[in-house]
Amino acid sequence: MTISNGNLLEVKNLRTYFDTDDGMVKAVDGISFQLKRGETLGIVGESGSGKSVANLSIIRLIPEPGKIVSGEVLFHDSDLLLLPNEAVRKIRGRRIAMIFQDPMTSLNPFMKISRQLMEMTELHLGHSKAQAFEHAVKMLETVGIPDARSRANDYPHEFSGGMRQRVMIAMALSCEPELLIADEPTTALDVTIQAQILELIKTLKRETGTSVILITHDLGVVAGMTDHVIVMYAGKIFEQGKTTELFSLPGNPYTKGLLRSVPDPTAEQGKLYQIPGLPPDVAHLKPGCPFAPRCDRVEEICHKEFPPFVQLNADHHSLCHFAREVYADSGGVILAADERK
Amino acid sequence: MSANSPTLLSIRDLKVHFDLGGGGPLDKLILNKPEKRVVKAVDGVSLEIQKGETLGLVGESGCGKTTLGRAILRLTELTDGQVFYRDRDLAHLSGKQLREQRRHLQIIFQDPYASLNPRMTIGQIVGEPLKTFNLARGREAEQRVQELLETVGLSKRFIKRFPHEFSGGQRQRIGIARALAVDPDFIVADEPISALDVSIQAQIMNLLEKLRREKNLTYLFISHDLRAIRHVSDRVAVMYLGKLVELADAKDIYHEPLMPYTKALISAVPVPDPQIEATRQRIMLEGDVPSPINPPSGCRFHTRCPYAIDVCKEVIPQLVEIKPRHFAACIRISPAQPHIEEVPAGAAPGL
Repeated sequence: MTISNGNLLEVKNLRTYFDTDDGMVKAVDGISFQLKRGETLGIVGESGSGKSVANLSIIRLIPEPGKIVSGEVLFHDSDLLLLPNEAVRKIRGRRIAMIFQDPMTSLNPFMKISRQLMEMTELHLGHSKAQAFEHAVKMLETVGIPDARSRANDYPHEFSGGMRQRVMIAMALSCEPELLIADEPTTALDVTIQAQILELIKTLKRETGTSVILITHDLGVVAGMTDHVIVMYAGKIFEQGKTTELFSLPGNPYTKGLLRSVPDPTAEQGKLYQIPGLPPDVAHLKPGCPFAPRCDRVEEICHKEFPPFVQLNADHHSLCHFAREVYADSGGVILAADERK
Repeated sequence: MSANSPTLLSIRDLKVHFDLGGGGPLDKLILNKPEKRVVKAVDGVSLEIQKGETLGLVGESGCGKTTLGRAILRLTELTDGQVFYRDRDLAHLSGKQLREQRRHLQIIFQDPYASLNPRMTIGQIVGEPLKTFNLARGREAEQRVQELLETVGLSKRFIKRFPHEFSGGQRQRIGIARALAVDPDFIVADEPISALDVSIQAQIMNLLEKLRREKNLTYLFISHDLRAIRHVSDRVAVMYLGKLVELADAKDIYHEPLMPYTKALISAVPVPDPQIEATRQRIMLEGDVPSPINPPSGCRFHTRCPYAIDVCKEVIPQLVEIKPRHFAACIRISPAQPHIEEVPAGAAPGL
């Protein structure tokens, strides 16, 4: 149960199920990945793919009736899933911080911004009130809130959406966490504000060396921000690899379809590629590949057998019976095991 | 889309202002609100929509794009201006006459969860416009609803089901079927794909395009998503704080935007290609969109514009045809000098 060198986080075979009236929802069903220090990992998927549940599982914030049924989450040398609640609470916010999609519902509307920021460092770093206030102002300046000292005493409703997200980032980073989990941090924002926030996350990451997990449905955001990507579908990892490789040489029909269904503004108009059908109901998955009913290169085996997780390159895996063929179609060359670096 | 298709809708100097109160004698004395506060959501927009085209309307939240769409159909009362449709000014029609015209003008809403009555079956929802306009009854109406469901790619077996049984994309299809029920000429599609997953967005865009071709529809497609707008639109209008700032063919807007604001908007859109993302230069805009309650004087973009000069704070720029069929509202460019980067510092050739 030790973590490999250079890794900050290792998730092994994580399963989180929700026991609902409608049946057992396998929101996250056996995912494994690693995150190196200072690296940014993107997790992409459509709604219901399990990307948010996976990350809530890491910090043990799964709401009822959800349960982590199996797996390991190694952070440094401890398994977060085995630690007592008290110990996890000390890690949350201090060493692993989160930013959520909706900055309005994540901030307390009845508390001044300063108070909410101060709470973090008073609790985790043992700051006095005066110290904590100074630190709060410093953090607000870091994330680019103009006139931070006087704005610190405003309430959340006095801030715009982009400013609130900056406050959330200030809060998340105030204890200098080693890992920042950002769950759709820019989805509720306008594009020009999104560009500002993404730039801010990049800059802060460069300066502090924090590792980041970025959860999003926007392939464009992933392309510009991450070193590695995981594509999730129906609670499973469908493809994972280096960002540059996965975008240029996708080895999974689902990834390929997603990439093709984003309109390319530089190309001429025409019929847009569309993935047919709807995402599956994870409570009632049929045997075989969960993507088979929507897949454009489906064959008989796909409806019968669950696909293997095929290694395509050193860091590149795809969950598909025909992963090698799809990868080759994209232009990828599969190297023999001893040639891989 | 040819350049000289007949005009279907002509919007002239349309204004929608929302009065937030203040400024009355009592307000001055005790409520500490000496000034009258008015949100100028749409502030003098003129626009011609040609028959058979998709006009994309793009802008950030609070720029007034939804209000403009709703005001055209008079779902929001307009403060001033005219909307001509078939030689009639919709802005000044009485309730009964307006209702007759609405048959030809429909809307698809952004939120497929909030825009369908949860207590009505799909059949009732799609059939309601038929009843309202006395277009069909009984068996005939039912048949028409079934046809409509099939047109938008839903099974006619769904007719007795309720909205909660459907996914977001399916609900959006139901909303489209409802809009189509009365055989309209013109549809305002207000952020029809924003609430949907990526793989479903493509389906809905393709469906709207197919329907436009088959039924000879005209769309006003409102969205904040420039990628989607570029894909579906023939022409694109860019809005900022209640005013149109640029209007051109979709490919021109994308390839040669003239306004600094449009350039920044386009450069802010992330591209799903790591190689491009790693190398490209973004035009970063400082700060947020200012409040529409007290919009900046002169050009409303001057507070965030990297090219703003002192005159921009005073002069309200007009929408001018800078290149053929390409309009922009900026005093720092002119037909002779369309590229703002090349205009000498401090010069305002458009003045």
